[in-house]
Amino acid sequence: MGIEQRRIDDAGLARGMAALTPEKIAKTFQALIAGECGARLRTYVETCMRCGMCGPACHYFLSHDGDPSYAPVGKVSETMWKLLKADGKVDPRVIGDCAQIAYTECNLCRRCMHYCPLGIDTAYIISVVRRLCHKLGVTPMYIQDTAHSHSATLNQMWVKDDEWTDSLQWQEDEARSEFPDLRIPLEMEGADFMYSVIAPEPKFRTQLIYQAAAIFHTAGCNWTMPGTPGWDNSNMAMFSGDAEIMGRVERYHFETAQRLRVKRIVMGECGHAFRAVYDVGNRWLGWKMHPVPVVHSIEFFWELLDQGKIRMASKYPGPVTIHDPCNVIRGRGLMDKLREVVNHICDGVVEMSPNREHNLCCCAGGGVINCGPPFKNVRIVGNKAKADQLKATGVQTCIAPCHNCHGGLEDIIHHYKLGMKLKFLGDIIYEHMEKPGAV
Amino acid sequence: MQNKASWDWEPGSRVIADTRDCSGGAEWIEEPYVSPDGERVAAVACVGEAQFTLCANGQPWENVFDKIWYPRFSPDGRLTAIVQSDGEWTLAVDDAPWEQTFAYLWGTRFSRDGSIIAASIQQDGEYGLAVDGEPWEGLFENATDFALSDDGSAGAASVQVKSLGQADIATFQQGVYSIAVNGEAWDAVFVNAWNPSFDAAGKRVAAALRHSLYEYGVAVDGVPWKSRFGSVWEPVFNPATGEVNAPGRVQGKWGLAVDDQMAWPARYAQLWHVAFTPDGKTTAAIVAPEFGSFTVAVNDRPWEATFPVVTDLALAKNGRAACLGSDCNKNFAICVDGRTWSGRYDMAWTPVFSDDGANVAVLVEKQGKRTVVLNDKVYREWFDTAFPPVFSPDGGKVLIRGISGGKFMRIVVTPDAFHA
Ligand code: SF4
Ligand code: SF4
Repeated sequence: MGIEQRRIDDAGLARGMAALTPEKIAKTFQALIAGECGARLRTYVETCMRCGMCGPACHYFLSHDGDPSYAPVGKVSETMWKLLKADGKVDPRVIGDCAQIAYTECNLCRRCMHYCPLGIDTAYIISVVRRLCHKLGVTPMYIQDTAHSHSATLNQMWVKDDEWTDSLQWQEDEARSEFPDLRIPLEMEGADFMYSVIAPEPKFRTQLIYQAAAIFHTAGCNWTMPGTPGWDNSNMAMFSGDAEIMGRVERYHFETAQRLRVKRIVMGECGHAFRAVYDVGNRWLGWKMHPVPVVHSIEFFWELLDQGKIRMASKYPGPVTIHDPCNVIRGRGLMDKLREVVNHICDGVVEMSPNREHNLCCCAGGGVINCGPPFKNVRIVGNKAKADQLKATGVQTCIAPCHNCHGGLEDIIHHYKLGMKLKFLGDIIYEHMEKPGAV
Repeated sequence: MQNKASWDWEPGSRVIADTRDCSGGAEWIEEPYVSPDGERVAAVACVGEAQFTLCANGQPWENVFDKIWYPRFSPDGRLTAIVQSDGEWTLAVDDAPWEQTFAYLWGTRFSRDGSIIAASIQQDGEYGLAVDGEPWEGLFENATDFALSDDGSAGAASVQVKSLGQADIATFQQGVYSIAVNGEAWDAVFVNAWNPSFDAAGKRVAAALRHSLYEYGVAVDGVPWKSRFGSVWEPVFNPATGEVNAPGRVQGKWGLAVDDQMAWPARYAQLWHVAFTPDGKTTAAIVAPEFGSFTVAVNDRPWEATFPVVTDLALAKNGRAACLGSDCNKNFAICVDGRTWSGRYDMAWTPVFSDDGANVAVLVEKQGKRTVVLNDKVYREWFDTAFPPVFSPDGGKVLIRGISGGKFMRIVVTPDAFHA
């Protein structure tokens, strides 16, 4: 079944297509290829053998009974190959289809790269398609709105400057009924680390800020949070194809940490944010590496447990299973640390298969969940494979140290009636740690 | 600004206060802040459940608040903090809260001499600036990127002038942002308007813009430049000539545009943090001549010394320049006029020049202890914590402000107290 048979109405895509002309498409495409795409894209085009070995790597392909149009190579041939063949001389409908494929049928999870005998990075090619769609203004409405929010507020949820610090102070108040001398230190120059989170935390999931503060307080950490924009480590502009706004967001994030003279940035349990900060945004700005070391929560919790700064009073009753978030597992190699943490805090682990760097994506990542309600079903149906995988473990709890993964997994757990609970590492550590300072 | 000449510049060391003096009756004392002249040390003290005060040199304020944060000394030595009572926020200055209170207040800022104090406020869901306690007459649906002119006579912010519906991408792309100066928005609206900054006299304002999702530019007093860029960073006024300088991105490379013309050709992988000498003759910026390799360019001439990361560019009045180079936030080096000092530190703060530009002092940290380095020579004592150094007006002495074992020390030294 080709993309023509599964088109979905989206106000952003429709609006974008309506404003396009074939001339504009060709001109924009040709300029993009000449100006922003070098040897990497050319090599991929020239070397792909169309062998299809990448097909079974993709959860969309697996979930759609091997429909070749969902294979990585199928998606690339419907988008970039088609555009290259026509030198961009295509009509607006083709761009709409390219956008639907690129934004909602690929999570940029990079699993397929591991299955391609030539190591072709389909996610990169799809990112270039997204970049084109951004330049042509054909982007799904909700992710575009999120990119707008990043541009105006430097966070992804239109959180205003005062709402940010106000919600931290509120959580500090709440936490003081449990730990009377707990602080969420704001703007404390020279702290060991700056803790950064994604905008849904102050907006909807303030409990996660409470939990992190309780853990850092108990561990005796010397930490701070910024009182200014630059606190949000998420970056949907990276996924909408708006590299310029992505860069702006990352500049403020790093410069906030530099201004606070912290040694490193510790990030909450989010995968894509790690990719933005650790890999993509920093490089767009000209830094080869991250200008301030970035530590994902998995690694930081591992340190706290390893150094005995946090001790568990009890273990979470298991067994549990572990979902490996693509961006910190394939992207950073935290699979062993994740397992060590989970084994330390939970009573027994049943591994999913496949797992670790071969994990199947949650189908929310890469900005797909941020494309909003019109595409919810695409994610759910497109990840039946993950639901099967979860079910096969036979356990009641899945640990997923990533916000996007939570979003995606919640939906499939609900839809496929898996009856599983989803947990962050922080949920369990907070619940089961020794709390010597608590009343 | 406090008149530096009237400070105590007699070489020697004095213990100003024990930061633990406030702890009688306090449940906890927060991190210390010190006055520019080093005569006072202050910290937030929790004196009961949801009861906070500020304690300076062992003396608590009379006022007690439900919450206090962001204690900061103004350049003229007054002690300020953001305070909340009965759910209402305001700013307290030397133990006297502003009369007017707000639903929220944050982002304290000072005029250069400290005589004027401003803060961002939110009242009834509307946003603006309050200057010495007086809010702007015009408030906005949202405001960010607040700025106060050097003399404190004017304030500006990036403001939202039209409402947006839920996921209202069409209205957003028509433009709902502008720049407000003293509570009044420019007539023009833009897709984004960021980083307003004032000229030296506080009369003109420049801002970075996004004209569409793809075209970036600069506006001065509401009038956009003709130039369009792939991206821009914050524009700044040359203090002597009044020319507006802004880094602009052209075909993937950064250059420096001055008054709507590319002055430094776009050849850098990065260019930001533009700074000037007061005579306007020297323009410097942090640049990356190549991907991954940063330095400082003075009048478009990059230094040869490069680092993976460069921050904290400082310019002396006489045109000398200094910055910090680091290996991704480790091994901080101080680089002055392109020559890198021998010392390496775990952390460092913005280099400070003496008024005549002859000497450079930097607060540094190593193995958790802090001290001051002068011209690559290290002060003999390391502190638990310390604050940036200050030069005497003649540049011949350095004021060191450090805390060890809870005792805040004010130390005036001559260069012979520093050793290679
Ligand atoms: S979703 Fe993952 S596996 Fe599928 S095509 Fe995209 S990057 Fe490859
Ligand atoms: S596995 Fe690699 S070479 Fe084979 S079709 Fe997929 S991308 Fe092309």
